[in-house]
Amino acid sequence: MRLQRFLTAALAALAFAALPASGAEPAGKPIKIGFSMALTGGLAGAGKAALIAMEIWRDDVNKAGGLLGRPVELVYYDDATQPANVPGIYTKLLDVDKVDLVVSSYGTNEIAPAMPIVMRKKLVFPSLFGLAVNDEFKYDRYFQIMPAGPEPKTDWSKGFFELAAAQKPKPKTVAIVAADAEFALNAAAGARANAKKMGFSIVYDKSYPPSTTDFTPVVRAIQATNPDIVFVASYPPDSVGMVKAAHEVGLKCKMFGGGMVGLQYAAIQKNLGPLLDGIINYDFWVPETTLNFPGVRDFLAKYQAAAVGKGVDPLGHYLPPYAYAYLQVVGEAITGTKSLDQGKLAAYMHSHTFDTVIGKVKFGKNGEWATSRVLEVQFRDVQPNDLEQFAGPGKRVVLYPREWRSAEIDYPYKK
Amino acid sequence: MLQADLLANAVVAGILLGGFYAATAVGLAIVFGQLDIVNIAHPAFIIVGAYVAWILNSRYGFDPVLAGVAAAPLFFAAGALLYRIYYLAFERTGQESLSGLAFFFGVMFIIEVSLLLAYGVDYRLVQTGYAESKWSLGFVDFPLRMLVPFAVSLALTVGIAQYLSRTFMGRAIQAVAQDRLALQLMGANPVRVKQWAFGLGVATAAVAGALLIVIQPVEPSVGRQFIGRAFAIVVLGGMGSMRGMFVAALILGVVESLVSTFVGPSWSPAVAFGVLALTLAIRPAGLFGR
Amino acid sequence: MRNAVFWGALAAVLVAGLVMTEVFDNEYYYNALYVVLQGTLMAVAWNVLGGFTGYVNFGSAGFFAMGAYTTVALHKAFGLPLPVMIAAAGAVGGLVGLGLGYLTLRLKGVFFAIATLAMAIVIETCVNNWAFVGGAKGSYILTPDTHLWFKSYVQMLFMVMLVLTLAAIAISRTLNASRLGRGLAAIRDDEVAAECSGVPTLRLKLVSATLMGAMMGVAGAPFPFFVTFVDPVSAFNLFIAVNAIAMPMIGGTSHWIGPVIGALLVGGTQEVVKVTVSSELNVLIVGVMLVVFITLAPQGIVGVVRRLRRRRR
Repeated sequence: MRLQRFLTAALAALAFAALPASGAEPAGKPIKIGFSMALTGGLAGAGKAALIAMEIWRDDVNKAGGLLGRPVELVYYDDATQPANVPGIYTKLLDVDKVDLVVSSYGTNEIAPAMPIVMRKKLVFPSLFGLAVNDEFKYDRYFQIMPAGPEPKTDWSKGFFELAAAQKPKPKTVAIVAADAEFALNAAAGARANAKKMGFSIVYDKSYPPSTTDFTPVVRAIQATNPDIVFVASYPPDSVGMVKAAHEVGLKCKMFGGGMVGLQYAAIQKNLGPLLDGIINYDFWVPETTLNFPGVRDFLAKYQAAAVGKGVDPLGHYLPPYAYAYLQVVGEAITGTKSLDQGKLAAYMHSHTFDTVIGKVKFGKNGEWATSRVLEVQFRDVQPNDLEQFAGPGKRVVLYPREWRSAEIDYPYKK
Repeated sequence: MLQADLLANAVVAGILLGGFYAATAVGLAIVFGQLDIVNIAHPAFIIVGAYVAWILNSRYGFDPVLAGVAAAPLFFAAGALLYRIYYLAFERTGQESLSGLAFFFGVMFIIEVSLLLAYGVDYRLVQTGYAESKWSLGFVDFPLRMLVPFAVSLALTVGIAQYLSRTFMGRAIQAVAQDRLALQLMGANPVRVKQWAFGLGVATAAVAGALLIVIQPVEPSVGRQFIGRAFAIVVLGGMGSMRGMFVAALILGVVESLVSTFVGPSWSPAVAFGVLALTLAIRPAGLFGR
Repeated sequence: MRNAVFWGALAAVLVAGLVMTEVFDNEYYYNALYVVLQGTLMAVAWNVLGGFTGYVNFGSAGFFAMGAYTTVALHKAFGLPLPVMIAAAGAVGGLVGLGLGYLTLRLKGVFFAIATLAMAIVIETCVNNWAFVGGAKGSYILTPDTHLWFKSYVQMLFMVMLVLTLAAIAISRTLNASRLGRGLAAIRDDEVAAECSGVPTLRLKLVSATLMGAMMGVAGAPFPFFVTFVDPVSAFNLFIAVNAIAMPMIGGTSHWIGPVIGALLVGGTQEVVKVTVSSELNVLIVGVMLVVFITLAPQGIVGVVRRLRRRRR
């Protein structure tokens, strides 16, 4: 009897000891990941949301035992959306704070100034949403989590124009309008190239200053050229202005949208409501059934809880999952190579496919995604003044690429 | 015929836009045009007004314009208080102009950051019943989203112009701008008058902010885009002239709109400020200046 | 300050800078000091027209950006060495400054200030539409490989900026103490009286404006190499314009050392806050500093020192 009880206890103790150390605290010198992020200034809306996602990743990793058994620490400073602040911050992170790894800030303006520094020190540089930054530097340790594709500038709008070209009868004329700012102009350049390649004729091709208040003159000028397709590359306030102006003028065209930043943001979607119906725009993740990647729902739940009261996007569908993912890639690389050696990490990141909350990620030689996954989504049946409708499927259906498609296109755009 | 349609609509859009610009500049026309106080923080107050309208609209469903008008007295009090500080620190000691300018720069930053800390950086928008409809007169359209701000702005400007020319306080404000000593001899306290005028100027920011958020989404740093425009309008119109200010605002709006439609939107800021520069070179007193 | 003391101090700072580049490898300090020096140069430049002569320039960012874009344009077109581009930027800035000087004939006081603002916006719009330098899309300026005997490129940029700033301070001091400087002070105090007393006001204003423009252009010239990606939004930045005014005001506008003190204080604080507090508070601190200093010490730190000295006597 006593022996039995002793054996049971011993077995239990052994079994307990053999359990994976998932509840165990990570120990030892923390692994420091350094970066600058736009927490004030023009890009701060996205930057703050990204930071929340990154902190969730850090907490998730530490709860699961850390990386290589060590706790993970994020060291970051606000770059205030000023490129001039970036070199100082990154040199401080590397030379004074002595971080083990760096990742990028958000946006081309804030990524580019750090490139010479990371290139000189031969660091792996996972980057968050900068269009075609590596085209200039051709750095082999740059990794971009934005799924633009191997040729980012043209891959961005390729889906939009392919959808147009597939319609019968094929539309003939295109109007391109862009904000006078880095991303929008690059997107417009890509659109121009795509339009020419697919045999459209461009009847309007202008840009506007970002401080434009009223877009009705712009939309009227576009209408005067009678385009079949209107490709707009804009930032949040102008996206709203363009949509409202298009509605007021009664813009008649067969397809509208393309490169409008801001239509992915919850507050703007709620405000524009039914004005969004029919617009086909780019996006990177929407809650459609075809995009239900493992872990993404849990992540969004955590994000939405953390975002309350912080003055950021309440739903967090646009940037936060990707901010989480680019750290996931780093974490998996560290675990996979069991080291913090920059060369080994870079080699691992080039040769492996990663499982992240935004699906499988595979990088090409230039650090961009090996295959483009810029989604073209169309807004459907949007109800006025309702935020919750966007939390689930059905309001932003995926039209392109084929493998992620969740509905057929509703063409032409009736307005 | 397409051209006539385009031209007419561009002009109308410009007029409506210009009317809104006038709302942003009318407070400055009083404070800067009449009193020569370089309140560079005025656009920041406009943004505060926009946020007040947003809060009342999103939480209680108030119409933003009504919210702006309702908030005006509070802004008036805040403006009066700010002027007190400014007066005690600078005007009394004769230090104004440059020091005052730096002071208001500081105030502008403090306001912007406070909004940032309180409400974050997400863009704010309002829901109004009329924002999506328009009136049409033949082939010319008047979107209500722009028409309502125009109408309110016109009413505001006319109201202030009337106030300045018909009421005692209003005339005292004009007087203190012209000859402070004479005003004192007439028995009015110039400091109190200036305080009243400054408060009035800031009160208009409440209304202008409400109009702004009806037209476009707002976040704390949007105010910076209006610094140049507002000052340009006041100077172009002629310091101290409400009528001049409104005409100048309309001119700016129409020029921006026409350039945007027929040349290309990216040149509009240059043209607008080029008009200003030209006016300053030829007739520095502005269009209707004294 | 006696001549010998001044030049001695200048030489000592220069040597200290050189020694620093030999001893310290840590790049962060050079990045931070570059920004502080740039601010100092802009403040000293602004003060020549603003503090000495009394004409407030709101469009400092325009001159700075012109210097930066001169570098971008020349680099893309010819790939010239840095000193040549700095000289070119200075020339361009000086020329526009000259134009600004002529403007003072028609406009005084706050009208002049508004005109400078309008000018900056017009220049910004033109640059936005100039496709060769990238327009609104921005331009990448890749870091060159050569950096003389320095251990890294940013060390060289730091020394370049140090030399430029010290030169500007020397020029400013010479101006302040010279007959020219007294003429400028006369213009600042009462232009009409100065004209009546025989001061060649137009010539002096032109000199002052050209000098300011040239120095600001020079300040902007190495910027593209520092930041790697230049676009109009970051070059025509409101902060640059505000700092250019705030730093001399906080330090004291009537004396040549005022902008230097102001720049070191404000710029230094900004750099420290940038990497410690790290949030919106950074902008708040600038605002509060400005308001507090201006309210309590309208003549700047120089004014406070003067008052203390007077009391001691």
